[in-house]
Amino acid sequence: MQIARITCIRLFALALAFAASNALAQQVATPAMNAPNPAQRDPALRPLFKVFGEKPGLVAIVNTAMNNLVADRVTRPYFINADRKHIKRELVDQLCVIMDGPCTYSGLNMAQAHQGLKITTAAFDAFVEDFQRAMDKHHIPFHDQNQLLARLAPMHQQIVTH
Amino acid sequence: MQKRSKHALLACACTALLGLASVHARADDAPPNISGKLLLTAGVSNIEGSAGGGLTPWALIGGYETNDQIGANAFYTRLSTQDYSLNDAGVLVGFYNRVEVSFAQQRFNTEAVGAALGLGQGFTFRQNVLGLKVRLFGNAILDQNSWLPQVAVGLQYKKNDQGAVLQAIGARSDHGTDYYISATKLYLAQSLLLNATLRLTKANQIGILGFGGPLSNSYHLEPEFSAAYLLTRKLAIGAEWRKKPNNLTIARESNWYDAFVAYTFNKNISLTLAYAELGNIVIKNDQHGPYASVQIGF
Repeated sequence: MQIARITCIRLFALALAFAASNALAQQVATPAMNAPNPAQRDPALRPLFKVFGEKPGLVAIVNTAMNNLVADRVTRPYFINADRKHIKRELVDQLCVIMDGPCTYSGLNMAQAHQGLKITTAAFDAFVEDFQRAMDKHHIPFHDQNQLLARLAPMHQQIVTH
Repeated sequence: MQKRSKHALLACACTALLGLASVHARADDAPPNISGKLLLTAGVSNIEGSAGGGLTPWALIGGYETNDQIGANAFYTRLSTQDYSLNDAGVLVGFYNRVEVSFAQQRFNTEAVGAALGLGQGFTFRQNVLGLKVRLFGNAILDQNSWLPQVAVGLQYKKNDQGAVLQAIGARSDHGTDYYISATKLYLAQSLLLNATLRLTKANQIGILGFGGPLSNSYHLEPEFSAAYLLTRKLAIGAEWRKKPNNLTIARESNWYDAFVAYTFNKNISLTLAYAELGNIVIKNDQHGPYASVQIGF
């Protein structure tokens, strides 16, 4: 991974030095560009959007989740100095789009968004649990939670890098 | 994180020494995450000590550790039927969500049947089981974008302490090794966990009655299946079925099945209650009864 990162930096420098086309430079510098769509709209999840209380419901759940994440000693270091308002806004839009709500997600893909953060599997799992507890608090039925989590869980492939 | 895994190892050793002193129930709202895995995703301890269901080992690696941590737990299980009882205790250690090492001791008490057979009231077969499991590939819990299960291979070395009695009933050996491959997958959107295991074994009644016999002394490939449905984050119900070989002439061996409820209070304590149907065991038919298992994680 270290080697890959160094290789990455070298390639980036190389690309700049040779003033290659901007698109190509980005492609080489951030392999994260190839990561899957972080907000794949799924019309099958439309009923879920209602269960989650539509956008206001998502805002409330994400607020609670962020409070949990900051209180949790495993996830706290990743969020305490971050722009939490921005993260919450992006997260709401991302969840809203996945559940086929009337939103647009214009944020980074999951690999780009978490690049360099050295996120462990333990931290990823802790995030999931903090998010589960937030959904519990807002009375989202367990089996509806799982339908959403099933769409989010594979993102560990882009998010966990350490 | 490397540093942390060393600390985890130290903590693990200390905890093992301190035993129950480290067990503390926490309020649900308190920050959790002593270690990494999600609740109910480490399985419970099967009767042979491997992480899985009650009867069957799963491809999951036991302990609530993730790829850079070490996790451990201890279990005690009691199963009683109309004529027999089984007391079973053991420990397992999971390394980096890759390797699992386990040890269990099963004490099978023949109660009054022992007296009837001239072995003595409460005659007990004691068997030690040393288990090793390696996860080959897959992530049963998180890879929800793939149908590919998590797959692990394992072995269970078993040694029974009643060699002379086993020989008298026709068993060829008082020790043996089972080899298995397990595939486990959580279908999270459906809240359903499925497991299939194929086991190569010579064991009679999982080794309680020795290994091999007059009918066969070669390895048999036996399937085992489990299904669990997650009702809440902490509660699951399920059923299992385990096919067994039939090597002895003194009795016809039955396949085993059970239905269970598993509840995890937190990452430290879980409880499994089951009803097991064990069929014929030596001179007694239709043996069935309750199964209770408590597991304590470190």
